[in-house]
Amino acid sequence: MELVLRDISHDYGATQVLRDISLTIGAGEIVCVVGPSGCGKSTLLRFIGGLERPDRGEVLMSGEAPAGCLNPLTYIFQDFALLPWRSVAGNVSLVLEDRDLGAARMREIVDDVLARTKLSDFRSAWPRQLSGGMKQRVAIARALSVSPAVMLMDEPLSALDAQTRELLMDDLVELSSRERFSACYVTHNLAEAVRLGHRIVVLSRRPGRIREIVAIDMPLAERAAHMAELERVQRDVWLIMRDEAQQADRELAGVD
Amino acid sequence: MSTEALDNTGARAAPMPNRAAGGGVRPVPFRGGGFQPRPVGLVSPLVFVALIGLWELGSRTGLISNVALPAPSQAFEAFLDLVRTGTLWTHLGASLYRLALGWTFGSLLGIAVGLMIGLFSLARAGLVPLVSALFPIPKIALLPLFIIWFGIGEGSKVATILFGTFFPTVIATYGGVDNVDRNLIRMGQSFGLSWLSIVRKIIVPGALPAILSGFRISVSIAVVLLVAAEMIGAQHGIGAYILMAGSLFATDQLIAGVAMLSVLGLTIAWLIGRAESYFLKWRR
Repeated sequence: MELVLRDISHDYGATQVLRDISLTIGAGEIVCVVGPSGCGKSTLLRFIGGLERPDRGEVLMSGEAPAGCLNPLTYIFQDFALLPWRSVAGNVSLVLEDRDLGAARMREIVDDVLARTKLSDFRSAWPRQLSGGMKQRVAIARALSVSPAVMLMDEPLSALDAQTRELLMDDLVELSSRERFSACYVTHNLAEAVRLGHRIVVLSRRPGRIREIVAIDMPLAERAAHMAELERVQRDVWLIMRDEAQQADRELAGVD
Repeated sequence: MSTEALDNTGARAAPMPNRAAGGGVRPVPFRGGGFQPRPVGLVSPLVFVALIGLWELGSRTGLISNVALPAPSQAFEAFLDLVRTGTLWTHLGASLYRLALGWTFGSLLGIAVGLMIGLFSLARAGLVPLVSALFPIPKIALLPLFIIWFGIGEGSKVATILFGTFFPTVIATYGGVDNVDRNLIRMGQSFGLSWLSIVRKIIVPGALPAILSGFRISVSIAVVLLVAAEMIGAQHGIGAYILMAGSLFATDQLIAGVAMLSVLGLTIAWLIGRAESYFLKWRR
């Protein structure tokens, strides 16, 4: 399944947020969206998943979702969004309970995704007992359980410490080589973008427009071994972004 | 250099500067700690026992006049009288019946209306001003009206308690709903959960801590209103018993009645505590 964004523009009151964003997220492709803070990255992601409506333009799906897909556009949130009153397994089954799957099938899916995210031993733990990295793994398991066509990740690693971030990035790379999911990955961390993105979309400062799209051809699984090359790409992206970031920074300080 | 410093250089390889004088090596003063309540087991029963013991001692020695305050043993004797004659159950039963009926229905209605206010903008716009206007009215002032509307019997007393319980529950409930993390609701929507599922599995459990702490308040209000209503027009009930004892200046019975109320309050608070640790076990 492909996602097509066509001429998306949006304002919050007098604040222009996004201008003329056109973008295609192909099947099996991970598109990273980077940009200075306040450029409308997260807003764009909410449009893509249908949680908010843009003032102008549209988001289109083309092609059938893969067989067995329960929720084609599935989010992974920065703050994990786990229900504190449900155990790990309960948080996963939450999103399956409305689907008429039958108890046996549901249990099968829960067991499967918990095994895939190495959480089987923690199925009855409460979220408060888990570290940040574990919580995000539960959120990833929950997203996997509905077999999404496109994962919409809103700074999924930003709330985690550096080591945990590395570990989870490895997990995501491994997962993507096994499942070939497509994703829109919003982040402000360029290192994540060059590790996980097939393409990197650089947004300008507010109002966000597409400044440049950088394609990285190297397969994700090989990237860990070619850090030096990635470093160069990262620096290039940073050079594109730097002026925007600087001006965005000054803008916020000046206006607000 | 003082002699102490010289001693130190003698004892250790590295010379230790003077401990006492300013500028020398000294331990960093401890400034943390405190502000952290910890459970201290036997203190609360001991305070009770000590207080009652002192009171008994004062009465026995004549320090506290029997007219001013009867001894705890006398109050207990009055209580045993109640048990022996069997009237305890008449009074206690009548009170508990009114309390249970009024509080349960007041709470259920309050939760229902609170959820409506929390979930629907129209209900919020229409009902919040109404709740704010009616909440501060002392319900006991309306008892004469309730007697006309619901009869002199159980109806008016139950209604007083019901209304008294209803308003704080409404406020606690919609406050709880308002405080549910919007991100969790958005998560539910993004996974395609039905509206009813979002309410049942995300909003109600999220509001439950606030609802349960609202119960603590509404129960206390209910007990106060119960006694007040029973004092105005009832043959049986703890309030009626206290009123009767008061008008006869039977202070031992009065103390026994008040002590029963206190024990009732403690019991209910304990029950709510149990309910909290059961329903909110995910918290801690």
